[in-house]
Amino acid sequence: MVELVPPFLVYFLGAALLPLVPGAALRSALSLLVPVIGGWLIWTMPTGTHDVVTLMGVDLTLIRNDRLAAIFALVFSFAAFVSLVYAWHVRDRVQLVATLLYSGSAIGAVFAGDLITLFLFWEGTAIASVFLIWARGTEGAYHTGLRYLVIQVASGVILLSGAALFWRETGSLAFDQMTLGSPATWLIFIAFGIKCAFPLLHSWLPDAYPSATVTGSVVLSIFTTKLAVYALARGFAGTELLIWIGVVMALFPVIWGLIENDLRRVLAYSLIGQLGFLVVGIGIGGELAINGVAAHAVSSILYKSLLFMAVGAVLFRTGTARASDLGGLVRSMPLTALFCLVGSATIAAVPLFASFATKSMILSAAGYKGYEGAWLALVAAAGATVVYTGVKVPYCAFFGADSGRRPAEAPWNMLLAMGLGSAACIGIGVFPGAFFALLPYPMEYDVYTVAHVITQLQLVAFAVLAFVLARRFGYLPTETRSVVLDSDWLYRRVLARVIGGLAQGMSIAWAGGVRFQEAWLNRVILRLYRSHGPASRMAQSWPTGAMVQWVAILLAVMLFVTFLA
Amino acid sequence: MATESVVHTAMTLHDHLPVLQILVPFIAAPLTVFIGSRALAWPISFASSVVSLVIAWLLLMQVIDGDVISYHIGGWAPPLGIEYRVDAANAFVVFLVAAISVVVLPFAKVSVAYEVPLRDHALFYSAYLLCFSGLMGVAITGDAFNVFVFLEISSLSTYVLIAAGAGKDKRALTAAYDYLIMGTIGATFFVIGIGFLYMGTGTLNMADLAQRIAAQGGNRTIEAGFAFILVGIGLKLAFYPLHLWLPNAYTYAPSAVSAFLAATATKVAVYVLLRFCFTVFGPAFGFEVLTLQYVVLPLAVVAMFASSFVAVFQSDFKRMLAYSSIAQIGYMLLGIAFLTETGVTAAIVHLFNHGITKAALFMAVGAYVLRAGDTFYNDIAGLGRKMPWTSAAVVIGGLSLIGVPGTAGFISKWVLVQAAFEKGWWPVALLIVASSLLAVIYVWRVVEVLYLQPAREDSTATEAPLTMLVPIWVAALACIWFGIDTDTTLGAARTAAAGLLNLPGQ
Repeated sequence: MVELVPPFLVYFLGAALLPLVPGAALRSALSLLVPVIGGWLIWTMPTGTHDVVTLMGVDLTLIRNDRLAAIFALVFSFAAFVSLVYAWHVRDRVQLVATLLYSGSAIGAVFAGDLITLFLFWEGTAIASVFLIWARGTEGAYHTGLRYLVIQVASGVILLSGAALFWRETGSLAFDQMTLGSPATWLIFIAFGIKCAFPLLHSWLPDAYPSATVTGSVVLSIFTTKLAVYALARGFAGTELLIWIGVVMALFPVIWGLIENDLRRVLAYSLIGQLGFLVVGIGIGGELAINGVAAHAVSSILYKSLLFMAVGAVLFRTGTARASDLGGLVRSMPLTALFCLVGSATIAAVPLFASFATKSMILSAAGYKGYEGAWLALVAAAGATVVYTGVKVPYCAFFGADSGRRPAEAPWNMLLAMGLGSAACIGIGVFPGAFFALLPYPMEYDVYTVAHVITQLQLVAFAVLAFVLARRFGYLPTETRSVVLDSDWLYRRVLARVIGGLAQGMSIAWAGGVRFQEAWLNRVILRLYRSHGPASRMAQSWPTGAMVQWVAILLAVMLFVTFLA
Repeated sequence: MATESVVHTAMTLHDHLPVLQILVPFIAAPLTVFIGSRALAWPISFASSVVSLVIAWLLLMQVIDGDVISYHIGGWAPPLGIEYRVDAANAFVVFLVAAISVVVLPFAKVSVAYEVPLRDHALFYSAYLLCFSGLMGVAITGDAFNVFVFLEISSLSTYVLIAAGAGKDKRALTAAYDYLIMGTIGATFFVIGIGFLYMGTGTLNMADLAQRIAAQGGNRTIEAGFAFILVGIGLKLAFYPLHLWLPNAYTYAPSAVSAFLAATATKVAVYVLLRFCFTVFGPAFGFEVLTLQYVVLPLAVVAMFASSFVAVFQSDFKRMLAYSSIAQIGYMLLGIAFLTETGVTAAIVHLFNHGITKAALFMAVGAYVLRAGDTFYNDIAGLGRKMPWTSAAVVIGGLSLIGVPGTAGFISKWVLVQAAFEKGWWPVALLIVASSLLAVIYVWRVVEVLYLQPAREDSTATEAPLTMLVPIWVAALACIWFGIDTDTTLGAARTAAAGLLNLPGQ
């Protein structure tokens, strides 16, 4: 029975009641109470399973609280709070309700103790979040939202079929560690994989996130993928396949991230890259790696939402997030630029920022467990991330060639939200010990060793160097200055050309693939329309003679079959 | 298991409930004609429906634990006399029919007044009552020939009811005519099948038939009887490809009739199929297993997809629902073709859940017809804002049609998928899920039309009157209620399935 108030209920109640509140400011203010109450409930919640309700003869465990669930739920609450502050100025009730339902569902899913509860909240996140895309109100956003919804709901349906099979196989619906092997676990794995943007299943993410509203993409960047990370960490920790999936995820967005012009899209690709790190960590398994996953998930929520908030503020003030249209905004938006730099420093894992402490745990785990290949790939990916997100985003938006735009500084609520995010990023970076106490497993892990600090600074420094060079060679959208090359660098130019050509080739192939897919889909639909549309034989009114003919045929078949026996 | 009551003299009214179930509407039908008052026709119909519902509830409560009531008409003992035999399966169906009637009739008052010429009202309600009693009679009787008689009573009155749509669209006449021909052929096949059975066994009582067939085993006569009955009933239940009469009949009938028939007529036919497949014959017969698994099952799957595709491309809401009904009947047949307890449970529970879902949706259609004149997508575009309550009910009904968790439709599909897994038929389970996705598309089209398209500029639609909204919402809320509280429906369906398969009740 229900003995504790489940935290998601606070959000759902908020979503139901807040739209009735008159006055936008009051509504925004009251909405802030929701994550606070929810967070307090999570903080004080005893561990163990609670609130088992029986539905259709199936026991649903609404709350299964352990340290892994708690840390995700807590960071979700914090991020929900920050994004509500960020959205203070939004007068749209639909977005408010969607945000609350979406965060509530994500938190509900984190505490789900069985696969059915997980499925319900899983679909909840899908359905609530699509309104954040639709709220933009454009034709493009409508179609993007539909595509997003179809994929997200499909993920839920696959999860449900996996759950049904799992029940048949094992007689249990408990959501615990699973091993890949049976169709059931594969289906569940794929369902998680869709939400986690596994390679080839990822296309919804860069499609949808940049299409949402300014505040919507901040909210979107927080929950869906991290929920999938949590689900994978809970269900498939130590599945070696995940290491290689994660490596691919960490590496392949690099090219798109480098050539993409829309900064929100750059952030979407780098989000996939960061998920790659988490997925590798899950694949490695073991206490250190899972701690690393939980910790890095927290910091990646923080810096990713921080970066989305900064770019969102730019979009809010200038109406564009294209790198080629921006530049030099630091002159009029200094605070936003500062917060963006904090986010960049965090994603780049500069010492004293959150990622420095968290990312290294995953890397160390890879090293200790002897996955040198994965370790090497991750270090390379980390370097590339510094280039295409850590430096490119703030450079293109706030520094670089002056675009002549002088927008006003972001509104106070956005600044406050970004300030909160920045404070958290720095807080974790400076006092990692206090943060580590919240992690799923107790551990002794020293972050600030000399070797580690120097390695990381080197990595960052060289990545920044690479960016500067790449800019000079003209492989970034904001190429302005002429370049003088030393012969030393020639081979690098060749290499850059090769990479550029490769990227171009890939994007052509990709576009071709999409076109082919669309043409094929159109053909299929057209053929179906010819055979099943209103004018087809299938849908026409038949003369009775033809109907009777069917009767005769069917009778003959049935007589034949019955006599056969 | 049967509690045969031999003593006939000391019967109270309570003991006569099985026959009263039929007699009340059956006598009310000519009464409305004799009184001839247009004003009184509806109250009489409604009152007799309510009485029927109360009786159906009382009967259901008596048999829900697996008991059987055997009622002998006129005191003639079966197998010679006609026996009404109430068990969980048919009490459940009778309850569904009576409940739908009680819900639909208040709705029908306004809808019929709008769609059917006033001078025909007394006759209309008389035909309605005949159809109503006929459907319940089919379900309640334990005599094979009596099934045919009641089937004809309900069918003949159905033709009249469909033709009553001619006041709005003359095509109702051809639709009714086509249905008349097909329905009569179906009934003929059915009675030929019963003739074969009589030839083979010398009895018409179902329980007796079952014993004798089991005793003597299958022979060509019995097998031919089975094939004829299957095709005959197949016509009535719109078994793909014998469904061709249905789209026109449902589209051109008055909305109230479509709502009532879609929720009950095909469901009663499904029940008859269950009765013959499991009580009279049985899964022990190789020919039945073969026919169901190699003819019915593939065709059911074809129905699930082909009709859904047609529904996707329709541009008329009402016609789309008709095609979706054919697809949904595919699910029920699939459940039967599994020949397992879970499969039969799924068929029975889907029969109920789909009944309430389609009742809600077809009644909403009636509301749109009343306010917008028609249900083509360009007529009902943008009505989500102008008729918020009706449209919200359409969304709920649509979700239940898809089988979204928390709605009644989910329960039946869940049990059906479970039945497929029990058999180890993965592909079939996948097909069920895949065809549900088609339902997502055709339901979404309606939602899109209602909410996301601008209303026609000449549209003067306002919200439907309360007499329509209340029945629509009763059905819509039932879709949610039975999606959450599943003890009643699933429990009754399980008992019914256990009874049909002769398993010990639970």
